[in-house]
Amino acid sequence: MTTDYPFEAKPESGELKTVGTSAVRIDGLDKVSGAAEFVDDMDFGPGLLHAAIVESPHAYARIVSIDTSKAEAAKGVVRIATGKDFPYKFGMYMEDRYIFAQDYVRFVGEQVAGVIARSHREAVQAAKLIEVEYEVLTPLLDPKSAVADGAELIHPDLEDYTHVPWFFPQTDTNIAHLRKIRKGDTEKAFAEADYVLEDTYEVPRYAHCAIEPHVTVSKFDQADRLTVWTASQSPHTQRHLFAEALAPLGLTHKDVRVITPYVGGGFGGKAGVSMEIMGAAMATLVKGRPVKLRWTREQEFYNTYQRQGVVAELKVGVMNDGTITAVEHKLYWDAGAYVEYGANVVNAAGLSATGPYRVPNITNDSLCIYTNLPPGGPYRGFGYSEFHFGLESHMDRIAEAIGMDAVEFRRKNAIVEGDELAYGASMNPSGMLEAIDKTAAAIDWGVEEESDNPNTVIGKGIALFWKAPAMPPNSSSASFLKFNEDGSINISVSGMELGQGYLTVMAQIAGEVLSVPVEKIRVETPDTDRNPYEWQTVASHVTWSSGLAVEKAAIEARGKIFDVIHQVYGYEDDSLYLEDEAVKCRTDESFSKPLRDFVIDGIQTEDGTWRGGPIVASGKFMPEFTNANSDPETGQGGHPNVHYTVGATGVVLEIDKDTGRIWVRKAALAVDAGRAINPDLVNGQITGGLVQGLATVLYEDMRFDENGKLLNPNFTDYKIPTAFDIPDEIIPIIVEVPQPDGPFGARGVGEHTMIGAAPVIANAVYNALGVRIKSMPITQEKVAMAIIEKSET
Amino acid sequence: MNLTIKVNGEDWALDVAPADVLLDVLRERIGVKSPKIGCERGDCGSCTVIMDGRTVRSCLILAVEADGHEITTVEGISYDGMSELQTLFIQNNSFQCGFCAPGIVLSATELLDNNPNPTRHDVQEALAGNLCRCTGYEPIIDAVLAAGEGGSE
Repeated sequence: MTTDYPFEAKPESGELKTVGTSAVRIDGLDKVSGAAEFVDDMDFGPGLLHAAIVESPHAYARIVSIDTSKAEAAKGVVRIATGKDFPYKFGMYMEDRYIFAQDYVRFVGEQVAGVIARSHREAVQAAKLIEVEYEVLTPLLDPKSAVADGAELIHPDLEDYTHVPWFFPQTDTNIAHLRKIRKGDTEKAFAEADYVLEDTYEVPRYAHCAIEPHVTVSKFDQADRLTVWTASQSPHTQRHLFAEALAPLGLTHKDVRVITPYVGGGFGGKAGVSMEIMGAAMATLVKGRPVKLRWTREQEFYNTYQRQGVVAELKVGVMNDGTITAVEHKLYWDAGAYVEYGANVVNAAGLSATGPYRVPNITNDSLCIYTNLPPGGPYRGFGYSEFHFGLESHMDRIAEAIGMDAVEFRRKNAIVEGDELAYGASMNPSGMLEAIDKTAAAIDWGVEEESDNPNTVIGKGIALFWKAPAMPPNSSSASFLKFNEDGSINISVSGMELGQGYLTVMAQIAGEVLSVPVEKIRVETPDTDRNPYEWQTVASHVTWSSGLAVEKAAIEARGKIFDVIHQVYGYEDDSLYLEDEAVKCRTDESFSKPLRDFVIDGIQTEDGTWRGGPIVASGKFMPEFTNANSDPETGQGGHPNVHYTVGATGVVLEIDKDTGRIWVRKAALAVDAGRAINPDLVNGQITGGLVQGLATVLYEDMRFDENGKLLNPNFTDYKIPTAFDIPDEIIPIIVEVPQPDGPFGARGVGEHTMIGAAPVIANAVYNALGVRIKSMPITQEKVAMAIIEKSET
Repeated sequence: MNLTIKVNGEDWALDVAPADVLLDVLRERIGVKSPKIGCERGDCGSCTVIMDGRTVRSCLILAVEADGHEITTVEGISYDGMSELQTLFIQNNSFQCGFCAPGIVLSATELLDNNPNPTRHDVQEALAGNLCRCTGYEPIIDAVLAAGEGGSE
């Protein structure tokens, strides 16, 4: 394994000065001073119009008629939109959605019509006057009944839908995509195993709960130019999907401009395109007028992507020495009414559902199943959080059954560099064993602790995690870099600052290469007209991918700087280096030329003429070793994932034996960041992700009634953590086994930090009480009931 | 209805509708955008402002209820540069997306005004009405505690 820096980015002294330091966020002042502008904060003048949406009250129904006459006559109404205005499909990976419903509605909350009015209040009032007649149909509300024999087809035209080549829709079923992995001989391995454990785990749906709701302002001007200001993780992908979906109106990519200021949290919920397409489409009906569409908190819950629920049937075979020999994992995903994005969650999970283990015989079936619940989609963890709950619960149970320590069992089977992955490619360098050991040490694994309180017991748990970015094999990033007169730098990229610290990390990477301090580098949120391409800010890939694009731009700029010096002073390029914002020379110690002296105006030569000029550079990165083509029956033959990030989570918790109340006393999380470009920001991801993950297992979940209506679409009934609901102590641990192709060795960590949270609680609850809870969330009520049940048997 | 209100030290006289909430008037009529719209029912605390020295949820207060009162937002406390608390928030990389930050800055400012040396529990209690989905609160709590320790007794 190499630890050399790629692309010759290593500084002269050998010591990194900027990368690896906990630099202060370059957006910190903006956010703490109130200067940070979010979409809803932007002013659009007195011409701004407001939109409100009419939504289906039924989970499944045929639209018989829509009468908009009363709404059209209402005060302040400018225009009404229905499906008839836009009979166009769209979708991220599979085109199965319409902008507004056409003949059928398939979930409670699906958009049927939109009202554009002069004020928000008038739009909302008029929306209530639109009369929609429905023929109500029987909804399919869980994935198992949707795949039962004779189930009605939610999308009868599935076989005609356009989709990416790595999806395999099952015609005449509700299975929109089936990801299969077949490796080795699972049947034989189970027959020969010393011990086989088979069980089912259930995970409900979850909401992202970014504190900023979705909001979009769209303007289609008199020159047929569509500009969309939007709270999005994906400006270029939005531009692409708007241009494709609205192509029948004559729009092309150059006519569509997406501007994305600061975003108030994403977590996957603002990836791809969801409600924004309605705003963009409606704006085309009122030329020259900007139209604002802002989701209420309720809509934020029921009509954006939700994290998909899953029923996981898991069978694992082991030998008495603890060697895992076979895994069979069947994942039945409740993917919702439209799977244009969610089907790729299913795909990603299917590819990696063995978890971070070396497994010679594998049967994975990951089924993307249409149901009449809101569309599933990306959520931090992208399927991995869901299947790790059962998988890591299972690993503890197996270790206990064969009499092995749970940590030792995991160490023995943990996947390491060079091991073969489920789809045949080879595992990247990883610090998994170090992560396990440091996590175990942080919670004093193996040391039994007794509570001082006779009513409570202490439990400890451990769970491993892994995740690869899930993205098209040719997802790419690009960057522009330019110097200013004072030697400061502007960098243009199109990744999004979601809070993770992306802008700061890009500044650190460029600053390291160019010897410029972070405070002198400005990186801003994108505008697709001006900033170069980025696929999306998802998949925990931008530090790696966009970071490489920025590193390349910085290296290109450095080369141009050296060329000017060479032209004027004659020093050979390879004798030059950058230090403290100046060009220096290895063969002439007296030479030092500050960057600010020439990066715009150039250098004057002896005859009075000038050389050089503004230093500008660009960089791009696209992985050239990935390939999503594989055999649909076995999943073999491709190289769909770029690399995995791994780690371990451990907790010490205290449980009240009477009430089931759980206090997380200590939580430790080790993640292999390859290299932490900014350790403070990595720790921020560890703390934030861990708390978000703990909430999914301790109390959050979406509750639907028997008609498919969400019962808890607000923060009163869907509790997210407050400042009180955090562990007493969080121990972040950064492991750094470099990713050979990463910028300074870095790989992504953003999503990973919540993946281990659910199973680690399940394992610690078992450790404390001897009860195994196999469905999420593990609420106080569920624990109390399990205690009672156990005492009765 | 007539509304006379002082916002960040400036006097305003406006004609508002009876149903207008303070948050919307601040944002749309006065142009103060740091209080955010997060839930419109008092759950999330993004719309927190200081009214006569005490934090309130501006989404739950009718504009006319603020008649004759004095409102302070983050813009108001930032005119003369960052407070010690704000500086510590910046240095500690306390916030991520920053959407909740204006509300949290105000809740923590109110706490420190009343209790210059709060305990961790005090800080958690003072911030319990401000939801943050990004940070897990730890780096925010740490900064407030540091501001307390550094503050005058």
